[in-house]
Amino acid sequence: MARRYIQTTLTTVYAALLYGFIFLPVGVLVLFSFQDSRLPIMPFKGPTLKWYEAVLADSRLIESMVNSLIVAVSSSLLSVVLGFLAAYALARFYLPGKGWQRALLTAPLTVSYLIIALGLMILFNALGVSRSLWTIGVGHVVINTPLCFAIIYSQMGDHQINIERAARDLGATEWQTLLLITAPMMLPSILASFFLAMTFSWDEFIIAFLLSRFDVTLPVEIWGLLRSGLSPKTNAAGSLVFLISIGLLILAELMVFRRMKKT
Amino acid sequence: MNHTRLETRWQRWRFVLPALLWTVAFFVVPFVFMVVMSLWHRIGGKIVATWNLDNYSNFFAKPHLIKALLNSIEISLSVTVISLLLAYPLAWIIAERVPVRWQRTALILAVLPFWTSYVVRSYAWLLVLAKQGIVNTFLLDTGIIVEPLAIASSRYATVIGFVHFFVMLLTLTIYANLKQLSPNYARAAADLGAGPWRTFWHVILPLTLPGIMVGAFLTFVLCIGDYITPKILGGSNELVLPQVIMLQIGRRADFPNAAALSILLMMVVTLAYVVCARWLKMERT
Repeated sequence: MARRYIQTTLTTVYAALLYGFIFLPVGVLVLFSFQDSRLPIMPFKGPTLKWYEAVLADSRLIESMVNSLIVAVSSSLLSVVLGFLAAYALARFYLPGKGWQRALLTAPLTVSYLIIALGLMILFNALGVSRSLWTIGVGHVVINTPLCFAIIYSQMGDHQINIERAARDLGATEWQTLLLITAPMMLPSILASFFLAMTFSWDEFIIAFLLSRFDVTLPVEIWGLLRSGLSPKTNAAGSLVFLISIGLLILAELMVFRRMKKT
Repeated sequence: MNHTRLETRWQRWRFVLPALLWTVAFFVVPFVFMVVMSLWHRIGGKIVATWNLDNYSNFFAKPHLIKALLNSIEISLSVTVISLLLAYPLAWIIAERVPVRWQRTALILAVLPFWTSYVVRSYAWLLVLAKQGIVNTFLLDTGIIVEPLAIASSRYATVIGFVHFFVMLLTLTIYANLKQLSPNYARAAADLGAGPWRTFWHVILPLTLPGIMVGAFLTFVLCIGDYITPKILGGSNELVLPQVIMLQIGRRADFPNAAALSILLMMVVTLAYVVCARWLKMERT
């Protein structure tokens, strides 16, 4: 009995300590976004909303947020389409060199973003392509297509083949089968990979940093804010981004996992 | 006849071709460019096609570059080990000790700060660890220390920032691994007379090892290639390889040198991959 008691105490203390560690920086970030002085350090003199006002009045910050959203949505859409089509082809057809194709498609997962960014930077320089949101988007599709491919491919079960065959027997074309049969069946993993790709793109720094010039994304803009040192305004911006990401998470949860439970 | 065969071949290929072409154009080709670039030199503000390995041999002649590589490897290895040691018990507690209906909530809570922006997360740790940060204020006020600790701008801060991120990631993956195990394994071990510790060491741990290795590999790779965390938290006293690469690009526009350093970084990652390869298999369910 005593042993059981000690065990429970130990596990509770351990879990509490680790949860504390995990939440410490977020707690400090959010707390000092309400700081009523110029530095986000102790003692806490608050609360005030003036730093949130400052963030919302910062047009560059808002603009970068919109840029991030545009890049995240469009690059994730393209990644999902490319990844889904490739997964379909490799899971359903006989193709020579399947192993190599799979290796090539997933290869970018094992390479650091910094290296992918540098390679693209050198390529675009050589071709004379100027850096913009488009080049960031290209970079994000490079890192997210393997992810979407791997997720969707791993969920393409053989049991769905017969349903596709039935559709073809009933006269559906390849594209009809793909769009009306396979895609709806794969919807949970398609949506999951889309949201994952969006989070990655939304949060990605180094590719966006090296491949952008005048129009920047949110992480790059926040990076710029950091140069001026510790400021409650950065805390407020960070807390807002956290809030938006949590909103996205809840949206994903509602769209993906509710569907998963239904099927 | 020939025509239809050609058509079916095209029908098969057309779905995979877009992704393959994209990967070749924006991943393989840039990589080839980078390899070529690493053999060239930047002389007098211009990039000259010299075709030699000097960028690589220069690396081993410069102690500060070797130091940066060693820093990178040391930091990434310690982060991987510490994160695994911290995350495994937490994942185990959530999987085995938390009531089933609360597990999902416990897990979501454990990874919630994951969704703070990546740049912001490092900044938040700076607030905690800085000279006037929470930790120092607390320790000074309680009289545990008299001088503020210089944790920020050192490798300790970098390691703490990384560990925070990867504890969340690894808790998630290890939890998933533990839940996949049938409870019958533990029951069988108990029936055969093994105590809880023996069951853990000889049954549960070996069975979750493949998942752990995937997580460890991911941690190491993401860690060693990261620029932001060491830049914000570690400062510029002890550089890591990505910082050196960024210095070449930013300050000097020395693309050949940056390319050579990047390829060295990739070789380290490839080495880690070879070490972990037997556990890393992608399979279709």
